[in-house]
Amino acid sequence: MASFDSAYFDIKYLDTLSYKDTAIHRLDPRVKLLTTGIFILTVVSFSKYELTGLVPLLIFPVILVSRAGLPVGLLLKKIVAVSPFAVMVGAFNPLFDQQVIAHLGGVPISGGWISFASILIRFMLTVSAALILIATTSFPGICLALERLKVPRALIVQLYFLYYFIFVLMDEALRMVRARNMRAFDGRGTGLRVYVHLLGALFLRAVDRAERVHQAMFSRAFNGHFYAARRSGITCQDGIFFLAWAAFFVLCRWYNISEIIGQAALRVMHMI
Amino acid sequence: MHMADALLSPAVGATFWAASGGAIIYASKKVRLEIDEKKIPLMGVLGAFIFAAQMINFTIPGTGSSGHLGGGMILAILLGPYAAFLTIASVLIIQALFFADGGLMALGCNIFNMGVFPCFVAYPLIYKNIVRDNPTAGKITVASVTSSVLALQMGAFSVVLQTLLSGRSELPLTSFVLAMQPIHLAIGVVEGFITAGIVNFVRQMRPEILEGAAKSRPLSGLPIRNILASLAILALLTGGILSWFASSFPDGLEWSIEKVYGKAELPESVHSLGRILGGFQEKSAFLPGYDFKEPSSPEDAIPETYKPEPWPAVSAGTSVSGVVGAALTAGLALLIGFALKKKK
Repeated sequence: MASFDSAYFDIKYLDTLSYKDTAIHRLDPRVKLLTTGIFILTVVSFSKYELTGLVPLLIFPVILVSRAGLPVGLLLKKIVAVSPFAVMVGAFNPLFDQQVIAHLGGVPISGGWISFASILIRFMLTVSAALILIATTSFPGICLALERLKVPRALIVQLYFLYYFIFVLMDEALRMVRARNMRAFDGRGTGLRVYVHLLGALFLRAVDRAERVHQAMFSRAFNGHFYAARRSGITCQDGIFFLAWAAFFVLCRWYNISEIIGQAALRVMHMI
Repeated sequence: MHMADALLSPAVGATFWAASGGAIIYASKKVRLEIDEKKIPLMGVLGAFIFAAQMINFTIPGTGSSGHLGGGMILAILLGPYAAFLTIASVLIIQALFFADGGLMALGCNIFNMGVFPCFVAYPLIYKNIVRDNPTAGKITVASVTSSVLALQMGAFSVVLQTLLSGRSELPLTSFVLAMQPIHLAIGVVEGFITAGIVNFVRQMRPEILEGAAKSRPLSGLPIRNILASLAILALLTGGILSWFASSFPDGLEWSIEKVYGKAELPESVHSLGRILGGFQEKSAFLPGYDFKEPSSPEDAIPETYKPEPWPAVSAGTSVSGVVGAALTAGLALLIGFALKKKK
């Protein structure tokens, strides 16, 4: 995981982005959640060696990013910085699958390289979709969508609490880390012993805070339910957004749009 | 060890979504029945605690690298299995959204790997059995280390299985297991000691927290017994398979080296699972009309049994148009993006 400050900054920044007011932000959270779900399902359902067929799906994140006014640089940075597990595992494909299955301008290309490239494209598409979802919907929005999609209440309440406490506790942890690092010369004091005590202290502070929060909420008649001010039904725009994208994803799944465009382009070039 | 969308097939993703979804519904019911109100904010705070704790690093002695807490076991010990499971699920949901760790499709797998194993296998079967009713610092340490190691081993092995069943990666089972299990053994040991350290610290400072957690989780009722029984079988199975792999260590290593040099004779047993499962489909889909006969030396080196999977819907002649089209489409997408941005 990234360094403390930057990780914390990223959460806060994504959170800030989600309170913008654009056409995409105003869509019903349920619609965005479901559309993103179908998008990811479409991406992962392509066969292992699919490359060109995945490219048209790039239009979905691109349009959302530009319409919602999200900073492209930050998203790209986050995609690159994200856990490299998939990339590392995929990087073995060219080693283990050396069978040549295609020729591009006389250069033989092995199946491993194609499936590795396919994993990279999938990775980009699915990661960006998740980030865009949170940056345009806000976390409470997603919780609201989940609640309406009949996800168990206990989990929803837990998500709300977790979300609110993250910001509180991160500040606390940040101060403790700074204090430790300022006292640590040449790496002394950053070992396991101090770490365990640091976490223990953080835990006790967290528990005390939970106690106080509980008392405060209890005295304000908290009954396990969160009420949100912005509660709207599904509008016509939501319907169009969902249906249009769903249709596009299905189209991409059944027809290789890149292939069709490419053939058309080559034909035009031949005619010229 | 977050499983990732890019390595996943829809079938595997959906299966584990269903499994984790079921576990969430079950745990939610249990939590609603048994929980006292004070535990609700405590769950939220502890989730945030795990989050904050994961961002504090410590230096691993003797090496230049640093590690951090994973958190599954400590939640199970401090909250009890059901509340801990929901807390882990919520942490993973936030990680999937804000950090894109894993991804939304892989969320089911991740909740299963990092939630079910520590909460419903390692905690009741290992930790509880070692600590029992009279916890001492020594017992807690032994129990934490053993259960953390076991939970992480099962989780890591589960990642391997999910990846292989999905068939997106070419990594053979043996090499993958050999890469994942030892690393997670080391992580598990460190994790166990940290967990024990924190639990002992809390026990020293505020013993009532641990006592409160220990009381409110009776593992009674029929369904959990069944679940535990089947999970126990799963654990045994995992152990059995693991030891089998451990014994075939030189085999696997030789094989992967040979394979890299392209002159392997494949022993039947090390075929990747995905390849076996996908074999029928691939064979039936194989088009004899493909022109693979262009002579080149690496191709000749590959034995006859190692037929390639076809690249669906792309023949040698049309792949050029595919690439041209993909480039055009990508360009078009970016243009659309710019156009829409300007309009705003």
